[in-house]
Amino acid sequence: MIKQSIFYFFSFLAISSGSMVIISRNSVRALLFLVVTFVSTAGLWMLLESEFLSITLILVYVGAVMVLFLFVVMMLDVELAVIQEGFTRYLPVGLCAAVLIVVGLVYTVGPRNFGSERIPIPLPHPANFSHVEALGVVLYTRFLYPFELAGVLLLSAIVSAISLASRDRRENKALDPNQQIKVCKEDRLRLVNIGKNNL
Amino acid sequence: MPDFVVTCLIVFLPLLAALISGLFGSVIGRRNAHVLTNLAVGISCLLSIFIMKRLFLDEQPAFNFKLYTWGQSGELSFQIGFLIDRLSALMMLVVTFVSWMVHLYTIGYMHEDPGYQRFFSYISLFTFGMLMLVMSNNFLQLFFGWEMVGLMSYLLIGFWFQKESAIFANLKAFIVNRVGDFGFVLGIAGVLYYFGTLDYIPVFSKIKPIALNEGTSHAITLICLFLFLGAMGKSAQVPLHVWLPDSMEGPTPISALIHAATMVTAGIFMLARLSPLFECSDFVLNIILIVGTMTCFLMGLVGVVQNDIKRIIAYSTLSQLGYMMTAMGVSAYPIGLFHLTTHAFFKALLFLCAGSVILSLHHEQDIWQMGNLKKRLPITYFTMLIGSLALVGFPLFSGFYSKDLIIEAVKLSHLPAASFAYWVVLGNVFITALYTFRLFFVVFHTKERMSRAKFKHIHESPIIILIPLVLLALLSLVSGVGLVGLIFQDFFREAIVIHPQHVSFATLQEEFQGVFAMTTKGFTSLTFGLSLSGILIAWLCYVKEPQFAHFFQKRLSLFYHILKNKFGFDDFNQWLFASGTRSIGWLCWQLGDRWLIDDIGVNGTARMVYRLSKLLRRIQTGYLYHYAFIMILGFLFLLAWFMLTD
Amino acid sequence: MIALSDYLIVSAILFGLGIAGIFINRKNVIILLMCIELLLLSVSTNFVAFSRFSNDLMGQVFVFFILTVAAAEAAIGLAILIVLFRKKKTIDVEKMDLLKG
Repeated sequence: MIKQSIFYFFSFLAISSGSMVIISRNSVRALLFLVVTFVSTAGLWMLLESEFLSITLILVYVGAVMVLFLFVVMMLDVELAVIQEGFTRYLPVGLCAAVLIVVGLVYTVGPRNFGSERIPIPLPHPANFSHVEALGVVLYTRFLYPFELAGVLLLSAIVSAISLASRDRRENKALDPNQQIKVCKEDRLRLVNIGKNNL
Repeated sequence: MPDFVVTCLIVFLPLLAALISGLFGSVIGRRNAHVLTNLAVGISCLLSIFIMKRLFLDEQPAFNFKLYTWGQSGELSFQIGFLIDRLSALMMLVVTFVSWMVHLYTIGYMHEDPGYQRFFSYISLFTFGMLMLVMSNNFLQLFFGWEMVGLMSYLLIGFWFQKESAIFANLKAFIVNRVGDFGFVLGIAGVLYYFGTLDYIPVFSKIKPIALNEGTSHAITLICLFLFLGAMGKSAQVPLHVWLPDSMEGPTPISALIHAATMVTAGIFMLARLSPLFECSDFVLNIILIVGTMTCFLMGLVGVVQNDIKRIIAYSTLSQLGYMMTAMGVSAYPIGLFHLTTHAFFKALLFLCAGSVILSLHHEQDIWQMGNLKKRLPITYFTMLIGSLALVGFPLFSGFYSKDLIIEAVKLSHLPAASFAYWVVLGNVFITALYTFRLFFVVFHTKERMSRAKFKHIHESPIIILIPLVLLALLSLVSGVGLVGLIFQDFFREAIVIHPQHVSFATLQEEFQGVFAMTTKGFTSLTFGLSLSGILIAWLCYVKEPQFAHFFQKRLSLFYHILKNKFGFDDFNQWLFASGTRSIGWLCWQLGDRWLIDDIGVNGTARMVYRLSKLLRRIQTGYLYHYAFIMILGFLFLLAWFMLTD
Repeated sequence: MIALSDYLIVSAILFGLGIAGIFINRKNVIILLMCIELLLLSVSTNFVAFSRFSNDLMGQVFVFFILTVAAAEAAIGLAILIVLFRKKKTIDVEKMDLLKG
């Protein structure tokens, strides 16, 4: 009973804040609603007894990624008035498509196929079940290699992000090789005949 | 020497001389070239006389031997073989003799020409081709010879190839000949199909069963029709005659050799050789008769209004070929061949005399620039007189015997067209006399039409030119009286087959009472009267009172105009075939090439690609949300698919 | 009790919201990136729910990696956005049509 109400509460929160994300005119507000969506989803995951992942969601996702987003939003000097004009023009079509998708999906994953008769609800884990431990055991033995690769992936993301966004230092006088080879004599040298008499 | 060696020598000596003269002409020099070719053809001529002796005096039967099998296709084998019987022996003699005379003549005539060795090589090669034609023992070799002489005719007409009219003429000759050859090839194919073989002797032995068989009796008529089409092209019968007057663009020696004596008679020879076939079809014989008669008469008429000395003689040749074809039509093959022989001599003579005149006047060919040449060119005058009298059929001269016999044969024939044909060929005797002596009088008799100074400069041709003239004149005198008796004594033996219902020849054979009787009867015959009146009218109109000629020209101006236009054959051919083909070509170019292929095909494809890509470009909007939307739609579709198929 | 289908429905709705957001948002690239995060979130929820109900830990391990990749991708996406903004001086999606054919 309690579980169900918690579930409904969190899911309702997630869905409403998700809709607010896409409806908001202000991008900061949309971001904040996204944060709420993440938090409520974390709550849902907690209900599914994967505590580690829900906390990770909040720490990593909200804490790092969303903050990053906020940084960028604040940094870009965008005219707020221009944003979200012409919003309603495409609303019907998009909404239609989205509704169709949702209806289809719900029909597919609905109680008919995945209800409690087909897939029994599992018993809750015993009290000494540690999700962190279970995950860690698997992660550091079977999935060690992908784990390390994920690290490398993050490294490459860092490097690419930095190289993309960094501006050139103005004092740097290094030449661009591409420009260098495009030079031709006619651009740089002009011979002028000033006549014999004037010498 | 065994006969087959002699035969091979006759055929291959001219070929050898031609090859050496043609390929190494510049190496061996002019003198050697003419010595070589004259020697080769001379020896061939002497050997032909030897063969004739063997066949006639030694009573050797005809021999047929195979030299070399050059191809095999299933059961069919293609060979080079020679059939030497009385028919081919006669032809060999005529061909080699006239060719030799022309070779001698050319030494003088082409003396200053830069292509001296080339010319000799060509005429020797022509002789080789003609000999292959008459000596062959199968259809394919006949066709080889046929094409060979056609090719040499092309090369020789266009000998002075920098002249545009010469190129026009040689193309015309070749193309018109091709039309005939088309029929000829179909005929040969027919023979192959129905008889299964291409050798003469087997084919002739199979004729009877095939003619009698219900299902194939029409085959022989069809084959003969096609073969005759070939003869029409080669022997210049109406309407495929148009090439012969134009062929006068070639040097005079070849007009004498090819277009008087030998190549144009190949068609006549072919009809005689295939007499067993042609006798089976009265229908085709009738057609041959009509075509021959038409050619004879119409061409004679056109000859009356020509002004070029060689053209007049050319039209005369066409007319006489008509006579020969007529003889073939009434199944009087021996008489047709007799006329072929006498005509070869006197027509070659006439052409060579004309050449002598042209040479003496420094290549002037218009008869209205000549006149009174009797004084300056006595020998040419005399020989030309003999030739002209032979042509009009004056008794004692050779032409009389052969022409009169043809007219008599037509009279006796039972073919449906014969009665009409008789009046036509009879009337043509008058016309022949008219144009022949018109030429003669205008050139040799009337007052000269050139300046006094030029007239004084004219002198007789060199002796090397005069020798052939004299020899041919001699033959024009004696060949008539000499051969006429022999013709009626089973001259050709088994080479010529005449069915009993074609009575002309048999009746003539019965009625023949010897040379002397025929000659004396000739002086009182209708034909003699006609030819005399023709000579008289010519004398009247061109010597005595020239205004008569102008009078006729004015009063019969429409008729004159039609004749001047050669009955419109050339104009018609130019309009329909030449311009017609060019128009079709133009149409193909504009519609087919430019419009269809270029515009629609090539450029059109490019344009289509351009337009299509322009259309498809619109899909690349560059907007993320459009791309995303398409992805969504795809996802939707996939979803619906899975939902509905489960 | 809460069946699997309930969780799945929630995640389906979140997914639909993300899709709609991509399409109806024409003015802001950042909202686009946020909607992508929404999509990833819904998928992760799906994974976790399935993993729980089939008693298989693999799903949750995969979610772990999804989080990693999503973070990396968000970082790079934003870096590109910054460079784009420097060039075009706007983040209007409708102005980003350089690939227009």
